[in-house]
Amino acid sequence: MKFMLMMHAPRGTGDWSVFKWPPEDLKAHINFMKRFAKELKDAGELVAAEGLAAPDQARVVRARKGGGPEVTDGPFPEAKEFLAGYWIVDVESPEQAYEIAARASAAPGPGGAPLNLRIEVREVMSAPPVDL
Amino acid sequence: MTAASLDFTGENLLRELAPQVLGAVIRRFRDFSAAEDAVQEALLAAAVQWPEEGVPDNPRGWLIQVAARRMTDQVRSELARRRRETVVVMQSPPDEQLTPSLDSGDGMEQDDTLILLFMCCHPALTRPSAIALTLRAVGGLTTAEIANAFLVPEATMAQRISRAKLRIKASGVPFRMPTDQERAERLGAVLHVLYLIFNEGYSSSIGPNLQRSDLANEAIRLTRAVHNLLPDVEEVSGLLALMLLTDARRPARTGPDGELIPLTEQDRTLWDRNAIAEGVALITDTLSRGSIGAYQLQAAVAAVHDEAVRAEDTDWPQIVALYGLLKRMSDNPMVTLNHAIAVAMVNGPPAGLELLKALGADERMAGHYRLDAVRAHLLEMAGDREAAIARYRAAAGRTTSIPERNYLTTKAARLTQLLDRK
Repeated sequence: MKFMLMMHAPRGTGDWSVFKWPPEDLKAHINFMKRFAKELKDAGELVAAEGLAAPDQARVVRARKGGGPEVTDGPFPEAKEFLAGYWIVDVESPEQAYEIAARASAAPGPGGAPLNLRIEVREVMSAPPVDL
Repeated sequence: MTAASLDFTGENLLRELAPQVLGAVIRRFRDFSAAEDAVQEALLAAAVQWPEEGVPDNPRGWLIQVAARRMTDQVRSELARRRRETVVVMQSPPDEQLTPSLDSGDGMEQDDTLILLFMCCHPALTRPSAIALTLRAVGGLTTAEIANAFLVPEATMAQRISRAKLRIKASGVPFRMPTDQERAERLGAVLHVLYLIFNEGYSSSIGPNLQRSDLANEAIRLTRAVHNLLPDVEEVSGLLALMLLTDARRPARTGPDGELIPLTEQDRTLWDRNAIAEGVALITDTLSRGSIGAYQLQAAVAAVHDEAVRAEDTDWPQIVALYGLLKRMSDNPMVTLNHAIAVAMVNGPPAGLELLKALGADERMAGHYRLDAVRAHLLEMAGDREAAIARYRAAAGRTTSIPERNYLTTKAARLTQLLDRK
């Protein structure tokens, strides 16, 4: 079963709060993420993982009337969180996916304390259909 | 032999020889993990050399020799490393013992394929690991092919396979036939893994995903091999018949855009008549022998469907009887579900819906989309459109299969349209 784990970070003032962390905390966080990805890969569970560019680079696109993109700055100003990155894992049960999400959520932040970020877990529609 | 014909027969030959060669090498070196790597290298070497130089007179011996040479090289470099590290003089590898005893051609190769299957489907492994290892070690597929089939990156699949090999190594499973006591249970695990491989391929062969449908062919090939080795074991014949009879419908079960077509609406002229004839003969012969198991009963149900020229010719009372037997054999809610459909076909939808009531209380089924889907279908048959729409929508919201969600959503939409028109 494949699951997408979406890591949401608080929007705060609109910037990545990580830019204000002390360098050693930032380094610890980055190393954690690298190690985490390697662990998933070594366990034979990693399908894909990406971190997303900072939210001030985000744009929201809609189809213009008559075609073509209509681009505005995003994400929506009222959003309290933004998507910081995601993993897709291939595991045997939802419980295993929750376990992995909890590990990601505990990524260290300032002072090395766990960030406890919100991770949304969604099953990827990859199950085979049964005969009708 | 021309290069083109060699390309096809050569590949089949390699796949057939893979488990025999691996068995021989493990028997000699007692190291599953290293032997598996060495055999993969030998297979690759053959795939490159044979089309150009022709297939050797004794292809099996050739492969064993190349794999054993790799093993020896590895042992040597391992020894050299140890020597450097500990300055302990060790005896040089006894490579003169390698080839003659390995390829003695005493019928051992038949057993080796089976022993390998028993190893790869060992209960100590998780199911995904057992499946991957079986396809690689017994099926002779490359890691890239297996990764493609399961839609995961090759590195991830490589890691899964290597962990499985380490696990087998750590568990210390000896390379020999399971005892008679263990045998039934271990054979059950083997058949289950083969069934899962088939199902993954067959159920997913929707739209352009051709790589996955190859898994169904691979499962049939492997099960056929097991059947050749154990022609008298009824459940092996039952599983092979089930696969053939199910796979025969593959060309008809999806439309041009990959959409699912239910059994009752399929164009039966597209069904594979040869596969059906083979499957029917196999299951008929097997059932007459006495010991009846779950795969045989499922194959018998598939045979009843396949033998009906039109959907309305289906012998539903016989299917009801077969599911009745299956129900007594296993406490599987999916069997109850299928039984309810058959009962509805014979005694009308209310009788089927009545049987579904008990399933709603079953924890394993309560939130399952299949229960809603079947309920929707029976409600539609009974003419209760509004209730059917609600169940179709509930089922659509719960399935994790895209083609199935499309099917269920379309059913709900069509019924809604009919209601609105009134």
